[in-house]
Amino acid sequence: MSLTISIERLSKRYTLGEIDQHSLWRQARDFIRGRKLEDEDYFWALRDVSLEVPEGEVLGILGHNGAGKSTLLKILSQITAPTFGRVRLKGRVTSLLEVGTGFHQELTGRDNVYLNGSILGMNRKEVHAKFDEIVAFSGVEEFIDTPVKRYSSGMRVRLAFAVAAHLESEILIIDEVLAVGDAAFQQKCLGKVGSVADAGRTVLFVSHNAAAIEKLCRRGVVLDRGRLVFQGTQTEALAEYLHKLAAYTQCLRDRTDRIGNGGLRVVAIDFRNSRGAIVPAARSGMDLEIWLHFEDHARRFHPRLGVRIFISTQMGVPVFVQTNRLTQTAFGELSATGAFVCRIPRLPLPEGNYQIAFRITPEAGGAEVLDAVKSAAELQVVGGDFFGEGRVPPAKDGVALVAADWRLESGATFAEMRATVGASS
Amino acid sequence: MSNPNPTAPASEEQIWTKEVLPSQGWLHLPWRELWAYRDLILLLSRRDVSASYKQTVLGPFWFVVQPLLATVFFSFLFGRMARMGTDHLPHFLFYFSGFILWQFFSDCVSKTSNTFTKNAHIFGKVYFPRLAMPLSSVVTGLLTFSVQFTILIIALGIYLGKGVPLNPNWRVVIAPVLLLMLTMLGLGLGCIISSLSTRYKDLGLGVGFGLQLWMFASTIVFPLSKIAENKRWILQLNPIVPIVESFRYAFFGVGRVEVANLAYSGAACAGVFLLGVILFHHAERNVMDTV
Repeated sequence: MSLTISIERLSKRYTLGEIDQHSLWRQARDFIRGRKLEDEDYFWALRDVSLEVPEGEVLGILGHNGAGKSTLLKILSQITAPTFGRVRLKGRVTSLLEVGTGFHQELTGRDNVYLNGSILGMNRKEVHAKFDEIVAFSGVEEFIDTPVKRYSSGMRVRLAFAVAAHLESEILIIDEVLAVGDAAFQQKCLGKVGSVADAGRTVLFVSHNAAAIEKLCRRGVVLDRGRLVFQGTQTEALAEYLHKLAAYTQCLRDRTDRIGNGGLRVVAIDFRNSRGAIVPAARSGMDLEIWLHFEDHARRFHPRLGVRIFISTQMGVPVFVQTNRLTQTAFGELSATGAFVCRIPRLPLPEGNYQIAFRITPEAGGAEVLDAVKSAAELQVVGGDFFGEGRVPPAKDGVALVAADWRLESGATFAEMRATVGASS
Repeated sequence: MSNPNPTAPASEEQIWTKEVLPSQGWLHLPWRELWAYRDLILLLSRRDVSASYKQTVLGPFWFVVQPLLATVFFSFLFGRMARMGTDHLPHFLFYFSGFILWQFFSDCVSKTSNTFTKNAHIFGKVYFPRLAMPLSSVVTGLLTFSVQFTILIIALGIYLGKGVPLNPNWRVVIAPVLLLMLTMLGLGLGCIISSLSTRYKDLGLGVGFGLQLWMFASTIVFPLSKIAENKRWILQLNPIVPIVESFRYAFFGVGRVEVANLAYSGAACAGVFLLGVILFHHAERNVMDTV
């Protein structure tokens, strides 16, 4: 079978360290002293990745954050050049690393379709031929001559995806863009990707959405710390990926910076999603479970056992504390091994890294401590669509995401409003 | 980056259309690819024009309002007060012609000198030949210039009709060449600055200030004839000076220019342009790692 993509020993290296007033000086000094940059000055985002993709393949690329997926896609889509190795491609490449790149707020939907289409590599004639189809797919016909700045975020995403979905390139690269939009539109997008694949075009697909990968892809590869560690059928790859994730349990067995009498010990912490699968990172708005795996050697029964979890930012600012006493949960008698599971529905944390500490006491709020570790685990949170509006809330807005609803009370003066409150109480 | 390769090695049947390698020759420039993306260049330029005049009262009239105001201001400040002279040309023609040439050049530099930093969000997500961005700024500049140039020609006609002694001559045919020289110089310089400032942003910060000073070292607000003859060569090192002087000489019949000056200027413009494009194309391959 003929190939569309051939990747040979591809490596990408980033130089560590910031560029600032000192870096020119540092470079000059290194140069004068004849010091060459050594391995510790570099970070290898990809190392020796070789891969051949035949025509018409739908390939899922799996890997946790930082495994090199994005770097691989960026090299394939020519956004950045590799350090070593080479890639050969047959046909046009379209990469959807983001939906709506280059959309201009002031321009109308129509202008943006043309502009976005040509940014993605179509010429004016091609966009023109597909224009009606694109608009119909997006479902924003009525607003096509309205400036995009008046669109809802959902409309913008739909229009942008519609443009991208109608490109006629031989190779389509999709990175996690389907995580936006409402469920119905996501289904429509998945369907479109599926039909692209059926038409014999090659699709590379990166997603954390295991269900989507399972449904669309025939084969899968797993990246881990820049290396290609597995390739096989999509089912095998997914299994391998989940197996790798199990390694993301944060082990506490060897921690000596703990207080407590040692009878009960938390030996590991991991994070799971609502289906019980271990996740390397949480996503804002997901239902997250924090599992504190314990071993109980003392087997002493504490009817009022209290387990506290402290979550603080990387800078040590406390965000919240959760304990089983708040929910009136009594654990009863413990078995020799097990886990305290704290389920947090709709995780209210914006993107960032968080520290997790815990403290287990025989009496809730008592001074005696069974086991406690500060900075016991690190929780990485990636941005997610917490508010269900099709976009990721910016992390700089605050340390917590709070669900709320708004309404307008009109027609009454402040005094009247006070009066109604008085009457009903 | 595209490397159309219709003749694959005979050993394999496989045909590749694109090859991505760690580095490419310094002189490998993506002309063919830019041509394929010509629609993008025009659309980007259209976007800049229509987006910048949305929600303004005067709209595209800003094209002409700016040079008109500058002309009034210059003619008052440098013509009336400083009495720097205009080679006996009507003030309007002298300052207006100088200003629109200067503005075209300075827009070329300033709008392209931050290409990478300004478009990092797009460049990080999608590939197209990066030169499309600065080229679209040039197209916008040419559009602006042609509107302003029309005004200049109308004004010239009016002055001629009033019997003012002006001498437009056959040399106007080199006007497109003069414009091309300005484009190459401006685009080349913008490309050099944008490539170098991806690592060290200092360069980008000095652009506005540098352009301001440069204008006063060009024959925009005074004629070359005002400079003592034995010192003129200093000013003529500035490649803008022969261009502006030639332009005025062709359309109005006054100016100080030798063919040698113009040839030097042409060589300088072409050199800067080539250097700029090569640096730019080299920078674009890894720029997203440092911006």
